[in-house]
Amino acid sequence: MRLRRATITLLAALVAFVTAAPLFWMLSVSFMAPGEASAFPPPLLPANPGLDNYRLLFTSFGIGRFLANSLLVSALATLLALIFTVPAGYAFAKLRFRGRDAIFRLLVAALVVPGQIGMLPLFLELKAMGLVNSYAGALVPWLAGIFGIFLVRQYCLSIPDEMLEAARIDGAGEGQILRRIVLPILSPVIVTLALFVFLSSWNDFMWPLIILADQHLYTLPVALAAMSRQHVQDNELMMAGAVVTTLPVLILFLSLQRFYLAGLLAGSVKG
Amino acid sequence: MTAWRRVEEARAGWLMAGPALAAILLFFLLPAAASLVLSFTDFDIYALADIGNLRFVGLQNYQRLLDNPLFWKAMTNSLLFVVIGTPFVVLLPLFAAMLVNSRWLSWRPLWRVALFAPYVTTLVATSVVWRYLLHTRYGLVNYLLSRIDIAPIDWLGSPTASLPAILLFVGWKTFGYNMIIFLAALQTVPSELDEAARIDGAGRCTRLRHVTLPAIAPTLLLVSLLTVAAMFQLFAEPYVMTQGGPAGSTVTILYFMYEEGFKWWNLGSGAAVAFLLFLCILAVTLVQLGVAKRGGAL
Repeated sequence: MRLRRATITLLAALVAFVTAAPLFWMLSVSFMAPGEASAFPPPLLPANPGLDNYRLLFTSFGIGRFLANSLLVSALATLLALIFTVPAGYAFAKLRFRGRDAIFRLLVAALVVPGQIGMLPLFLELKAMGLVNSYAGALVPWLAGIFGIFLVRQYCLSIPDEMLEAARIDGAGEGQILRRIVLPILSPVIVTLALFVFLSSWNDFMWPLIILADQHLYTLPVALAAMSRQHVQDNELMMAGAVVTTLPVLILFLSLQRFYLAGLLAGSVKG
Repeated sequence: MTAWRRVEEARAGWLMAGPALAAILLFFLLPAAASLVLSFTDFDIYALADIGNLRFVGLQNYQRLLDNPLFWKAMTNSLLFVVIGTPFVVLLPLFAAMLVNSRWLSWRPLWRVALFAPYVTTLVATSVVWRYLLHTRYGLVNYLLSRIDIAPIDWLGSPTASLPAILLFVGWKTFGYNMIIFLAALQTVPSELDEAARIDGAGRCTRLRHVTLPAIAPTLLLVSLLTVAAMFQLFAEPYVMTQGGPAGSTVTILYFMYEEGFKWWNLGSGAAVAFLLFLCILAVTLVQLGVAKRGGAL
């Protein structure tokens, strides 16, 4: 019995180690001196750990600006997505209006369509609106989050109707009911949704690559991709860039993982 | 009073759902539909400058694509990603989920989070990391292979190794998502059922086949559908790691669409690629659903 427990745990530890190893190596190499990682056998730990690569990134490559851009875009995407999708999710779950169920079935069907299908016309549409090469253009896809509506709707279905009816009888308006009664109940799912949108918009690459042309508007992934094409050989520098790009979301996930995993599972049930 | 409340409720419903629906219509459904229309035009850099240069060309874009060897290359590559990648990216997480679900396992949350972590990392950042891991001379992967006497492989520089190399990265990156979904499904399998089968003398394989698999069949279908769609949509991986090369061996459909549309500004032709990509995903989804229905998983 004890042997079995030890074997299984050891096996899981081994698999987890292999999975996490690339991330630890990224961190380790980012503290190495330039050129140190271009050696065989590859060094596992820096001989003289230092922050030179990070200093270089912030002083010569202006990564601070891209970091600020990413923070701004992801924060705005999160805020806008919440404003658009939370009330909609509630309305689809609890408010009776004509055409509601038909529209909802249409949204379910629309899930089969990947967002990339419409990228070229969306680009032309935004060009006509004068939003190409602006953050407004980069944020637009986050307003149209069908997944968020599903997530919130599913959570809202568990709110008892009697509770809403009671509030109506007490004379509360629909807007008041949403603000005073529904939103507090929804707070866990709002955290989940906010986390999802923040992480996805932070990690998003293809759309910002298309819509943002000016270098000073680049988000971190776009800037890192451009940098990695020019500095193929500077492994230590690129690893530091990867750390700056991915560490914020990794920390955010680790501290709020309960909310993230809850959303992941709720999202998969819908299919 | 109640009739008035009904009107009030419907009004509020439209008010709350309206903005999101308008955004979905304007920035998602309309562009997706417009893609089909665009694919019948010769929209290019001249039409971008002056819309007067736009002409309808019928199926000409599709005709040209079918004659373009690079399009077929992209199509084949994407299909290879789907065919080779899907079993690998579905089965490994399934085994990992079984391992993590084992009642003999200690410190379960720790292993679960370590296995899941790559999924939330930034794709571009970890592509950069893996490009280095797979470096022919200094990469950790070739170093480990050298320890067991395997000669260095030029992972990202050879047309035969580049696709498996990217697949290795994709597997590492998406592993955790599928594992978490499987884990949740496995936890719904009643342990008494498994226990009863074990007492009846059913071996590990028999129990897997007759108890566990039937219970998680719908999840297995869902995960493979999502994985196939994801495999058709690879873009950042080849963009960062190989730029589609060498010799076009890692050009995916989406990468081809990007170059067609935003590098050469052939938006009409790019839209045709987008529409064909949609048809591919739809076709594979329908086939999988059909197989599942016949197999009784639904």
